[in-house]
Amino acid sequence: MKTLVLVEHDNASVKDATLSAVTAAAKLGEVHLLVAGSGCSAAAEAAAKIEGVGKVHVADDPAYEHQLAENVAPLAAELMKDHDAFLAPATTTGKNIAPRVAALLDVMQISDILSIEGEKTFTRPIYAGNAIATVESSDPKLVITVRGTAFDKAGAEGGSGTVEAVSGAGDAGISSFVGQELAKSERPELTSAKVIVSGGRALKDAATFEEYIMPLADKLGAGVGASRAAVDAGYVPNDYQVGQTGKIVAPEVYIAIGISGAIQHLAGMKDSKTIIAINKDEDAPIFQVADIGLVADLFKVVPELTEKL
Amino acid sequence: MKILVPVKRVIDYNVKPRVKADGTGVDLANVKMSMNPFDEIAVEEALRIKEAGKAEEVVAVSIGPAKAQETLRTALAMGADRAILVQTDDEVEPLAVAKILKAIYEAEQPGLVILGKQAIDDDSNQTGQMLAALTGRPQGTFANDVEIDGESVTVKREIDGGLETVKLTLPAIVTTDLRLNEPRYASLPNIMKAKQKPLDTKSPADYGVDTAPRLKTTNVSEPPVRQAGVKVADVDELVAKIKALGIA
Repeated sequence: MKTLVLVEHDNASVKDATLSAVTAAAKLGEVHLLVAGSGCSAAAEAAAKIEGVGKVHVADDPAYEHQLAENVAPLAAELMKDHDAFLAPATTTGKNIAPRVAALLDVMQISDILSIEGEKTFTRPIYAGNAIATVESSDPKLVITVRGTAFDKAGAEGGSGTVEAVSGAGDAGISSFVGQELAKSERPELTSAKVIVSGGRALKDAATFEEYIMPLADKLGAGVGASRAAVDAGYVPNDYQVGQTGKIVAPEVYIAIGISGAIQHLAGMKDSKTIIAINKDEDAPIFQVADIGLVADLFKVVPELTEKL
Repeated sequence: MKILVPVKRVIDYNVKPRVKADGTGVDLANVKMSMNPFDEIAVEEALRIKEAGKAEEVVAVSIGPAKAQETLRTALAMGADRAILVQTDDEVEPLAVAKILKAIYEAEQPGLVILGKQAIDDDSNQTGQMLAALTGRPQGTFANDVEIDGESVTVKREIDGGLETVKLTLPAIVTTDLRLNEPRYASLPNIMKAKQKPLDTKSPADYGVDTAPRLKTTNVSEPPVRQAGVKVADVDELVAKIKALGIA
């Protein structure tokens, strides 16, 4: 089987999420990549070095600079004439583009796969991760998004793919990029962090969140996450949100502070290797999934914990 | 301008789903069902655009069993003008839903279609994008802010690293993220009034769409259960445990 993996990049470097998709693609067959961007030769070269990669299709055109789905999807659909499966990381970029590709090919997409059980059989979570469905596709071609935390990352070095220029229809003329506001953070990126310290509604406000959560995260070199309640209340920006509707994480250690553990939050973190919960309510659902729990007032114990670590 | 809002009847988001012992699916018998939360946000946004004088009519659509009528009545009680139920007892996949919606789109000629970004039952996150592809229209997925200006719509989108703003030529397809708005509650008088609003019932065949599934679900199982944990008595014990994990 020949697969085509959508490379997520910023025109200069390849984003980590791509590497998990490459691992999944390699289980299906030969791995080809698609780098659609503008002035993206650095990203294409980086993509060619990914372990196990064959051909790298590079479409370098101003129309692809911000990877707008309206422009990238027809290009991917065209390349799919020579491929059997299209895989994209289940990031906001992948989720935006892949279903558009699937519809252009008239196939159903298989979202957020956890494992590959056969050539056309996959598992995926449904109902906020409360059930795992095994699905078998009857479509002639596969379109798949890959959950990053479910597959090991392919090596970023050591591959020797061949770079080949391709061109597509370019700008569909129905959408344009206006701008972006990226949250600046010195801390490890949430989806690839080994340790995550996450705060919930109990933190009271933005200043308190900063005061109690950040020092502990810094001490552990951890990424910082939050529950939806903390994001909605404005303690932290929305890209900190862990859960069904936010980011799905599976770090080595997840420390949930002042988070009750609603179904939607657990959907985003219950595959973490070790879960530690600090909550003053001993009946909080978070304790049902926590490996280590401490029933205590976070305002007393978190500073003490930070100091003693 | 007319706004089309597809809504889905799903298990209530507060209910913990139970997997059937025979692995055929999730048990939905006697379980509370509600409008998909992202769709409530979509209805709310459509109503706000109408209230701002930028749309004349809001049409709610649902595809599903006869009971999906209740979901449409909820949308009508919130303020939608009329509703279309495409009735079927089969489970309809996002691709087929998108095809039915495309046919409705062509019949209704809306200026904007607002959908939820994903349904909380199948967690697919596909329908809006597929509808955009099938109609050849632009898509503003995971919308955090929607601003109509003349012939275009500016959508602020929630992306992994922060926010991104795109400008789309109308007609456009928008999918809602959680922070787009706070949906209103339907008041009792409005719930009563909603019973009088028009609701058309159709079938997938009326639109010439084949709803046969492309994906066969061979098994549905419980996710792996986590081992029971321990509770520690104080911070010192917690520090010792964290140090034992080798991260500090």
